[in-house]
Amino acid sequence: MAISPKIRRRGTYISQRANQLSPSGIRKFFDLLASMEGVISLGVGEPDFATPWGIREAAIHSLEKGKTMYTSNSGIPELRQELSRHLREGYQVNYDHAGELLITVGVSEALDLAMRAIIDPGDEVIMPDPCYVAYESCVILAGGVPVKVPTYERSAFELGAAEVEARITGRTKAILLGYPANPTGAIMSREKLLGIAEVAKRHGLLVISDEIYAKLVYGAEFTCFASLPDMKENTILLGGFSKAYAMTGWRVGYAAAPREIIAAMTKIHQYTIMCAPTMSQVAALEALKSGDNDTAEMVEDYNRRRLLIVKGLCNIGLSCFEPRGAFYAFPSVKITGMTSEEFAEKLLTEEKVAVVPGSAFGECGQGHVRCCYATSLADIEEALSRIRRFVGRYRRD
Amino acid sequence: MLRDILKILENDARISPKQIATMTNTPEAEVTEEIRQAEKDRTIVKYKTIVNWDKLENERVSALIEVKVSPQRDVGFDAIAERIYRFPQARTVYLVSGTYDLLIIVTGKSMHEVADFVALKLAPIEGVQSTVTHFLLKRYKEDGEILAEKEEGTRQAIVL
Repeated sequence: MAISPKIRRRGTYISQRANQLSPSGIRKFFDLLASMEGVISLGVGEPDFATPWGIREAAIHSLEKGKTMYTSNSGIPELRQELSRHLREGYQVNYDHAGELLITVGVSEALDLAMRAIIDPGDEVIMPDPCYVAYESCVILAGGVPVKVPTYERSAFELGAAEVEARITGRTKAILLGYPANPTGAIMSREKLLGIAEVAKRHGLLVISDEIYAKLVYGAEFTCFASLPDMKENTILLGGFSKAYAMTGWRVGYAAAPREIIAAMTKIHQYTIMCAPTMSQVAALEALKSGDNDTAEMVEDYNRRRLLIVKGLCNIGLSCFEPRGAFYAFPSVKITGMTSEEFAEKLLTEEKVAVVPGSAFGECGQGHVRCCYATSLADIEEALSRIRRFVGRYRRD
Repeated sequence: MLRDILKILENDARISPKQIATMTNTPEAEVTEEIRQAEKDRTIVKYKTIVNWDKLENERVSALIEVKVSPQRDVGFDAIAERIYRFPQARTVYLVSGTYDLLIIVTGKSMHEVADFVALKLAPIEGVQSTVTHFLLKRYKEDGEILAEKEEGTRQAIVL
């Protein structure tokens, strides 16, 4: 095959844009993990429950009935209607099922669509650091420029309005929020969100709010960003079923936004995805109709484990602010004098406990590790005792 | 508070008061006191284990027995129920609505032993009109726990 001069010059078929994405910083770590046995993993980002049976059963029934064809691009109408009701009753936001809601392949797709629908080359999107790994990449893939705002343990990893405002330029298009947060477990108080809303309004910015962990909040009030006064018109609300209903493998989520934005997102969705998997949409509908008790039970259970792990980590001497959402604790490993990567790698090889280095989520994650407590009580306790032994060997204070 | 403690213990009676204290964000002494009180007033009746006896061969036989009863003046069904539940063979005794009155679960070493209990002890009790015995063939789920091998899927060790 003749190689074009252009490729010869650059030495690769891979696009500059794909090359620009930073490779996963923990590749080595994955490989190491694959070769080991007896590892307790606090490294996951998903519930340890299987999907509640009622939801699974509804999907099985739909397969038996032969519901195996494409659905409408925007998703099954009944699901959108139910979702509209759910958002109205749960979060006091009104979205018309026809035109303001789009069912997607998880929040992942919704996030990608949102970026592609709003970003022109060079547009800037402001986001907190640390944040979920896909945020930065989705912006880059859409041709935009991610702008990180540092957040710190001392301010509970909340995003400050003044810090956001200081980074606004003529190219700023949007602010991307993800609270309750992966990896920190932080939530944003209503007051803090109002501050962000104020800044967005003043500068005419869109806010993309990833609320996938909305239902996993402990002893605190969750505020849906779009429910703030006058914010619906410039908010893209992203949500899903994976975390609240233990449905990660189903890959189903949604976007809720003003008509113009949903229309643009639907256009891209239609050409790239067609529609979210039919059986997953049926399952999601069942989840909305009957899953709330299951969610409540799971949240109660996560909360017990949350208290156990946070207290355990603090007792070991790893300072850990109290996470009020999601299912992560984000302790500091500074007393060992190690970087996040060193800590995670040594802990894995020496004590067979897997955690995720905080640096994988941005520079401000350095010095922390992410511990997911969506795992059995027995495993959490064993992991804590191994971490205690490990920290005992290395602490420098 | 007590409700939270009970929910934890109902699922795993071996969890220590110290662990419960952490999980409910309550002082340990308070948890211990709540448990002591609940044991005393029999809110907590007993700590037991769910055993799958089918794993051992020919260990025991169970039967569900429907019992029709003539209620008695002043005491209704309670007196007859008590005559029945005092037998250790009757593991469970419920008063139920519908076509019969008492539902009894009887356990014995053999079908013969269970049949003897019904014929010689239960049926002759004054006020018992009739019995229907259903021998239990297979246990699928016991008190919320599926007895078959766990079926749930496996997770990736690292997910960002």
